[in-house]
Amino acid sequence: MALKVRLPTILRPYARGQSTVEAKGSTMREVIADLEDRYPGLGSQLLADDGNLHPFVNVFLGDEDIRYLDGLATAVGAGTELSIIPAVAGG
Amino acid sequence: MADRVNPIQIPGGTPLVRLRHLSPNPDIAIWAKLEWYLPTGSVKDRIAALMLRRAEEGGLQPGAGLLAPSSGNMGIALARLARLRGYELTVVIPDNVGQERKDLLRAFGARLIETPGAQGPNGAIDHAHEIAAAGDRTLIHQYEDEANPEAHATTTGPEILNAVDRVDAFVAGLGTGGTLMGVGRALRERHPGVKVVAAEPPVGETVSGLRSMGDGYTPPIFDASQLDGRILVRAPQAVEVTRRLLLDEGLFAGPSSGAAAHAAMRWAEKIDEGTIVTLFPDGGFKYLSSGLWTGTVDEAAERLGGQLYF
Repeated sequence: MALKVRLPTILRPYARGQSTVEAKGSTMREVIADLEDRYPGLGSQLLADDGNLHPFVNVFLGDEDIRYLDGLATAVGAGTELSIIPAVAGG
Repeated sequence: MADRVNPIQIPGGTPLVRLRHLSPNPDIAIWAKLEWYLPTGSVKDRIAALMLRRAEEGGLQPGAGLLAPSSGNMGIALARLARLRGYELTVVIPDNVGQERKDLLRAFGARLIETPGAQGPNGAIDHAHEIAAAGDRTLIHQYEDEANPEAHATTTGPEILNAVDRVDAFVAGLGTGGTLMGVGRALRERHPGVKVVAAEPPVGETVSGLRSMGDGYTPPIFDASQLDGRILVRAPQAVEVTRRLLLDEGLFAGPSSGAAAHAAMRWAEKIDEGTIVTLFPDGGFKYLSSGLWTGTVDEAAERLGGQLYF
């Protein structure tokens, strides 16, 4: 199932400058593995050494943070959009 | 001129009003706390007061230099207190905040040091740390100071509990995390099942100052495990709901209020009935020059997208 992934500015160099890429997978973990296959280095930017989502990485499925869904086990459907957003300060 | 007889009081007592037209379901009441009724027109007046009071308890003396990283509202709240209590304030601010914020800061007598907007708030925080390390100015750090959530746990939260009998969810914008952490703590004591939900602007999407994702920043006062959900709110959604607040509810709110209201409406779609409380950080006046209410939603969002508004 192909879905659209929006990349933040700092990850675009891994994807030849593209702001949106496609990826496949039925869970978030598979999608990240697929991103790594297509754009080496990109997927690994999202994961910490322990294989979990990096603490400074927020991934939104549609508009919901996957940490509060099922994390990397979150099921993704066709046609959904992912947004990857680095944690920065607000306020 | 400085009045130092009494300790700084935390202002509060802001109205909590029901959004009668924005709730998608008549069985769900959405209430909004209007923080623009505070002295400098934003929620930051609460935390500025407690952070400065703590600094005074720690021995801060009149004439001292204060330094604060801020995207605007915190600096403005501190600038007012610095004026009243006799301190020199320097605010380190990203250069892509609205002109009104810079004007207000200067009106209160604060000095500004601008950092590149592309670095986002992180740039201002890093630079403030550098200046603080090199000199003798006292850093008033809303991202690190426990007085920030404490001000909300002791004032904002109890005010909400006094105003409504039931709270099923509290939805607020995520900047420093102080509002979510502090109000969340107070609400959970009375209503253990309350869901605490962040409305998140995609600030990090365009920040270019990071070398890798590992360079990100999470405010030390923020604990993601204390949230039950986090909803991404993009600029067009924030603009659209900010306009609806004006036209449908008669509330002249700023865009972070529109973002919070949008997230509250989204949360309302996930439940069948109940009471959702949200918080509106500031009013609309500081955003007139950004054209928030002019032209199409997308045009306004485009203009707003380049600015920090949380």
